[in-house]
Amino acid sequence: MSQSELIPLQLILNEYKQIGRSGLLPALLAAQKQFGFLSPSISAEIGRTLGVPLAEVYGVIEFYSMLTTNPDGKTSVQVCCDAICALQGADRVFEALQQHCEVSSDDGGHHADYHVERVACLGLCNHAPAVKVGEIAVGKADPGNPETVFLAEDKPLIDHVDGSLRILTPNCCRPEATSLDEYRHDGGYEGLTKALSMAPSEVLAEFNAAGLSGMPPTEVIAEVNAAGLLGRGGAAFPAGAKWEGVSKAPGDIKYVVCNADESEPGSFKDRFLLEMDPHRTLEGLIIAAYAVGAKTGYIYIRGEYHRALAEVKTAVEAARQAGLIGKNIMGSGFDFEVEIRQGAGAYICGEETALFESIEGKRGFPRIKPPYPTTHGLFGRPTVINNVETLCNLPFIITTGSENYRKIGTARSTGPKLFCVSGDVQRPGLYEVPFGITLRELLFDLAGGIRKGHKLKTVLLGGAAGSFAVEKDLDVRLSFEDLRAAGLSLGSGAVMVLDDSRDLRDVLRRVTHFFADESCGKCYPCQIGTQRQFEIMNRVAGGTVLPGDAGRLADLGWTMTDASLCGLGQTAGLAVLSALEQFPELFSPAQTDSSEQKGI
Amino acid sequence: MTIVTLTIDGKQVSVEAGTTLMQAARQTGQEIPTICYHDHCTGNGLCRLCVVEVEGMRLLPPACITTVQEGQQVHTSSEKVIRSRRTILEMLASTVDLSEAPEIQTFLDEYQADRDRFPDAERRELPVIDDNPMYIRDYSKCVLCWRCVQVCAEDAQYTFAINFTGRGYHSMIGTFFDQPMPATTCVFCGQCVGVCPTGALKPKREWLLEQGLAPDEIFEATKTKKRRRDDRA
Repeated sequence: MSQSELIPLQLILNEYKQIGRSGLLPALLAAQKQFGFLSPSISAEIGRTLGVPLAEVYGVIEFYSMLTTNPDGKTSVQVCCDAICALQGADRVFEALQQHCEVSSDDGGHHADYHVERVACLGLCNHAPAVKVGEIAVGKADPGNPETVFLAEDKPLIDHVDGSLRILTPNCCRPEATSLDEYRHDGGYEGLTKALSMAPSEVLAEFNAAGLSGMPPTEVIAEVNAAGLLGRGGAAFPAGAKWEGVSKAPGDIKYVVCNADESEPGSFKDRFLLEMDPHRTLEGLIIAAYAVGAKTGYIYIRGEYHRALAEVKTAVEAARQAGLIGKNIMGSGFDFEVEIRQGAGAYICGEETALFESIEGKRGFPRIKPPYPTTHGLFGRPTVINNVETLCNLPFIITTGSENYRKIGTARSTGPKLFCVSGDVQRPGLYEVPFGITLRELLFDLAGGIRKGHKLKTVLLGGAAGSFAVEKDLDVRLSFEDLRAAGLSLGSGAVMVLDDSRDLRDVLRRVTHFFADESCGKCYPCQIGTQRQFEIMNRVAGGTVLPGDAGRLADLGWTMTDASLCGLGQTAGLAVLSALEQFPELFSPAQTDSSEQKGI
Repeated sequence: MTIVTLTIDGKQVSVEAGTTLMQAARQTGQEIPTICYHDHCTGNGLCRLCVVEVEGMRLLPPACITTVQEGQQVHTSSEKVIRSRRTILEMLASTVDLSEAPEIQTFLDEYQADRDRFPDAERRELPVIDDNPMYIRDYSKCVLCWRCVQVCAEDAQYTFAINFTGRGYHSMIGTFFDQPMPATTCVFCGQCVGVCPTGALKPKREWLLEQGLAPDEIFEATKTKKRRRDDRA
């Protein structure tokens, strides 16, 4: 390795040497940013310094799609070609950009600087068709004028935020991220203050005797339990139960982790919460840490979410300056530090144990459960891991109390919920509503109904790992229990609306492609099943249905659902299984005509 | 020692706590099929061929690594179990060359798996890697059981010469930047070859014999020069 490489690399490695293998992913990302790609000599130096066997360094590089060993040095232009952007012409955008970049620079093209690639959902569904040029997100890309995407400024894309509540999103309508002062001005960090200093006097006395002040952690957990807060990441696990488990688990070292690896196609709520109001998540995380006795927290942010990452970094620094993070927070005796981690392109890392592996510097393979994270989480320690939106509920729960919180929503799905409405509605965007409103209210009263001249065909509810709701489901209440009873699932709150002009086979082709691309490859049902599922849907979408396809897809879907190791595999067949039930005609060999609608 | 009593396919069995469902089933005379599991390797529950149905559980747990619980009602051949096993076998047959995996062939017959179930299947077809005098790597036969990676690492040798490349369906076993084996930390202990269930890893001499070479040609092709350690690198 040349000196010109070694010196900047050593500067990078000096930062991560102390933490060893856990510094692998950040070191690889930083080195790639510095050098443009990861060469064998750079990768080897990183491995040697951090104590990681070279074959495993390469294994990690190969796992994450944002890491590259390709020395061409070009900036990538990522075109989202998943279902929602495809409805708005993503394929045409891709082709136009590719052509534009092939044109010589003299003719106004960008051929030398960029390479154009199709990527999975970028979490910009309400700005479809979406593109990222390097780290800059560009919405509403125009296939007629591809050169315009290269002129886009690096500023927040303003999302449409609406709904009947403003508990999670009061600060999401500003032109820029909410600063610490602005957040505090509107009551921010009062939840944390209350937890740390405003406990009922009778428990306080006992608590003070132990050398601490404030609401005892057990009270905070009791409050969250009483609020009935269910996890918003998709699994709807009671947050209080998770916390209690970690709090009671033996061991002095415990962790809290914020899962901000939002990558579900159709979901963009966490991106928006972090970009616009990062302190709310942070406050929630600090409250969680205090409740379970964790001194260290991690915020793991999806690699493609560059703006969210920058805003969270700024917020953590501001909070540290203000004494909200660090030693003896607000004089309570409670110490807490936060580390921010950037993902590197792997949907599977949203699965909690895969996320831990990723922080530990490994390929993002999900672990076998049990043991569960409450006893064996990050670095084998008891760990609370909560989704961004879940954490955002905490300041409100602590300040207003569980009783008031329970007044919102249904008896079993309490509180506010964010829905990411995308696709063929008049007003795609982020909607904050109480659990329990109907799909009809969400789509027609709030999102303005189906786009002009069309009727509703179906709603893919819950993202790529979701199922199809149809006309008859419009009056089902949007709560975990009502949807389960109707055979549907809420997932993380993605609501992808498709009108009667859309080709469902093409939607399924993209959904199944997503899973084939994102399967980690650990267990056989998902490793092979996602690939076979995509191959069949790819052919079917092309207009050829073979006898037995429905049976093949059902066997693949059920085998993945029943026998896969983790949540990714267990839900990778849901959309197809749901389509087999709702739209059996799509898989009937008699109907091999695809001329139906190729309007995308 | 805690004793746990459970029912497997209607037969009651009492075993020590911590016993796996696979071991417990064996005590009732029921052999549960598996591909990836090996007694001397860390169990990862990869192939899922050993899944069983446990009443009250939503998913089918892998019997190789799931431990027994008091009062469990286990079904090793329910409809769901059979569907998963047959489909997994059909997926495998559509993916890799199983011609030298007699055990998997037996399973395919036993579960009446259709070897041609998936007409669109992109198979794993990779050239044989012949880069050292000791063994060849024919990844068209690799079922990704992870045993070789594990014995090369913490399960036995602590050599860490191999790991994974790619992801998902396009995962494979490989070295650092696909270096040839002699350039890696490989010590040619042969343990990976010993645990490979499908003939993807094979002693070079055996492979050359199959290629039709005569013994003296094989000897010539596989003899290693004695050399000092400093000569490497």
